[in-house]
Amino acid sequence: MLAPGPLHLASDNLIEIDHVTFGYDSSRTILNDVNLVFRRGQVTAVLGGSGCGKTTLLRLIGGVHAANSGRVVFDGEVVDTGNRAQLYKLRRRLGMLFQFGALFTDLSVFDNVAFPLREMTNLPETLIRDIVLMKLNAVGLRGAAPLKISEVSGGMARRIALARAIALDPDLIMYDEPFAGLDLISMGVAAKLIRTLNDVTGATSLVISHDVPECMAISDWVVLMAAGGRIVAQGTPAELMDSQDPEVRQFVRGEPDGPVKFHYPAPDLAADFGVQPLGAQVGTGAAA
Amino acid sequence: MSWLQGLGARALDIWRGWGHGALFFLDLVRAIPAALARFSLVVVQIHAIGNRSLLLILASGLAVGFVLALQMYYALVTYGAAESLGLIVNLSLVRELGPVVTALLFAGRAGTSLTAEIGLMKAGEQIAAMELMAIDPRARVLAPRFIGGIVAMPLLAILFSTVGILGAWAVAVGLIGIDAGNFWSIQQNGVDVWRDVGNGVVKSAVFGVICTFVALYQGHEAEATPEGVAYATTRTVVNSSLAVLGMDFVLTALMFSAPT
Repeated sequence: MLAPGPLHLASDNLIEIDHVTFGYDSSRTILNDVNLVFRRGQVTAVLGGSGCGKTTLLRLIGGVHAANSGRVVFDGEVVDTGNRAQLYKLRRRLGMLFQFGALFTDLSVFDNVAFPLREMTNLPETLIRDIVLMKLNAVGLRGAAPLKISEVSGGMARRIALARAIALDPDLIMYDEPFAGLDLISMGVAAKLIRTLNDVTGATSLVISHDVPECMAISDWVVLMAAGGRIVAQGTPAELMDSQDPEVRQFVRGEPDGPVKFHYPAPDLAADFGVQPLGAQVGTGAAA
Repeated sequence: MSWLQGLGARALDIWRGWGHGALFFLDLVRAIPAALARFSLVVVQIHAIGNRSLLLILASGLAVGFVLALQMYYALVTYGAAESLGLIVNLSLVRELGPVVTALLFAGRAGTSLTAEIGLMKAGEQIAAMELMAIDPRARVLAPRFIGGIVAMPLLAILFSTVGILGAWAVAVGLIGIDAGNFWSIQQNGVDVWRDVGNGVVKSAVFGVICTFVALYQGHEAEATPEGVAYATTRTVVNSSLAVLGMDFVLTALMFSAPT
C-alpha cells in the first residue's frame, strides 16, 4: 500500500499534519501542502534526502514554528504557537532527541538527565536520583552518570540525550537523525533502544532519518519524503522495500542518479565553461 | 531609484531591529519575577559575572587612581591648589570614571563572555532543547544573567572607585607628600553621599542594564555559526560602549546640572 495520503482512522492518530505549507521566508517553501498522520503507539520513520524538510516537520509538531497555512493537530488539539500556555502543556507530553544531543555542557551526565525532572516536577532529590539512574540504565550508561559531557563520545552523548528525552515518560518521542555520525555498533544500539523504549513505555515514536536499513528494521510505518515535503510513498517497511516505483527504489537502494538528479539545477555545462558544445565543434571541423 | 529603495530597505531593517530589541527587552523584564522566584540561579550569576570582571576592575581602578593623582597634581600645583587633589580625584571617580570605565571594561570582559555563552548554547541547540522541554529559557537562562549583570555592575563600580581613591592616596601622600589629613578631610567636606556617590551608583546600575541587555540580545540573535558568534561578541563591545557613552552624557546632564 503506497498511497501518499492519510490512511487511518482519526482516533488512532496521535499527530495529524493537515495541508501544511511552511517556508522560513517567502522566497523558499520548505513544506508544500503536506498531509500526514502518525499513529499512536507506533514507530514511524520519515525518510528523505537532506534538505527535504524532515527536521522542519519536527519543529512544526513541537510548535517551534507556525505553519504558513494548514494545521498541526496533536492528540486532537491544534498546535497554536501563539498560545504559550497551551504550547508548553503540549511540550510536556513530548520528548525530543536532537541531532547532536543538545546536552547542557556545563552539567554532568547525571544532571543533564535530572534537568527536566528538577525543572518540571517537585519530586524529592532521592526520587530524582532513582529515576535518573533508571533512565541511564535503560540506555546502558548508568556507570557514566558522574562524567562531564566533554568526557563522553558522540554515541554516548546521543544515548544520554535519549535518557533525558524519556525522563518524564513522554507520549511522543521525536528523534532527529538519531543515527547520523554514529559507528555501526552505536547505530545498532540506538536503533534497538528506539524500538525497545517505544514498546516498553507505550509511547509513539517519530524518527527522522536518511539511514534506510536502520529505519526499515525498527519501524512499523515508513514515510518517504522528497523536496518540498512531497510525500513520495508510505507503507510498511516490507512494502517500501518491494516497491517498483523508480523514486522509491532509488532511495531505498541508495542509487546516485535516477528520478532524483545527481546534479543541482545549473546552466548548460558548455556555457558555464565558455566552450562550444561538442556537436558544434565537429560541425566546424567538417566544414574546414 | 534603486538607491532610494536600498535606503528605504535599510531604514526599515534598522527599525525592525529596534522593535525586535524592544520586544526582547520586554520579554526579559517579564521573566524577572520567575527568575527571582528561584533566587539561587540569580546568586550563581551575580557571583559568576562579578568574578569574571573583578581582577580586571581592581587592577584598572588602581592604575586610574595612580595616573589621575599625578596628572591632577601637575595641573593643580600650577595654581597653588594641590590640596584639592583628594576632592577632584574622588569626584572624578565616583561621578564619572568609576561608572563609565567599569561599564566599558564590563562590556569587554563579562559582556563578551555572556554573548559567547548564549550564542554557543543557541548553536548547540541547548536553548531549543529547553524550549521543547516546556522550560522557558528566558526565565531559566536569560533573566538570571540579566539580574546578575544589573546587580554586579554597581558593586564593581564601587570597588573601582574605592581602589582608585586608595591608589590616588598612595601617590598623593606617599609619593608627592600631600598631607594625609588634608587629602581625606577635603573629600569628607566636598563629597555628598547622595548627590555624588548615590548618582554614581544609579549611573552604574543603568549601565548594568544596558551592557547586560546588549550582551544577552547579541548572544540570543547570533547566527549559529563560529563566525556568527564571533561577530556577535564584537557587536556586544561596540554597541555597549557607544550606548554607555551616550547614556552617560544624558545622565550627567540630568543628575549634575543643578548648582549645589
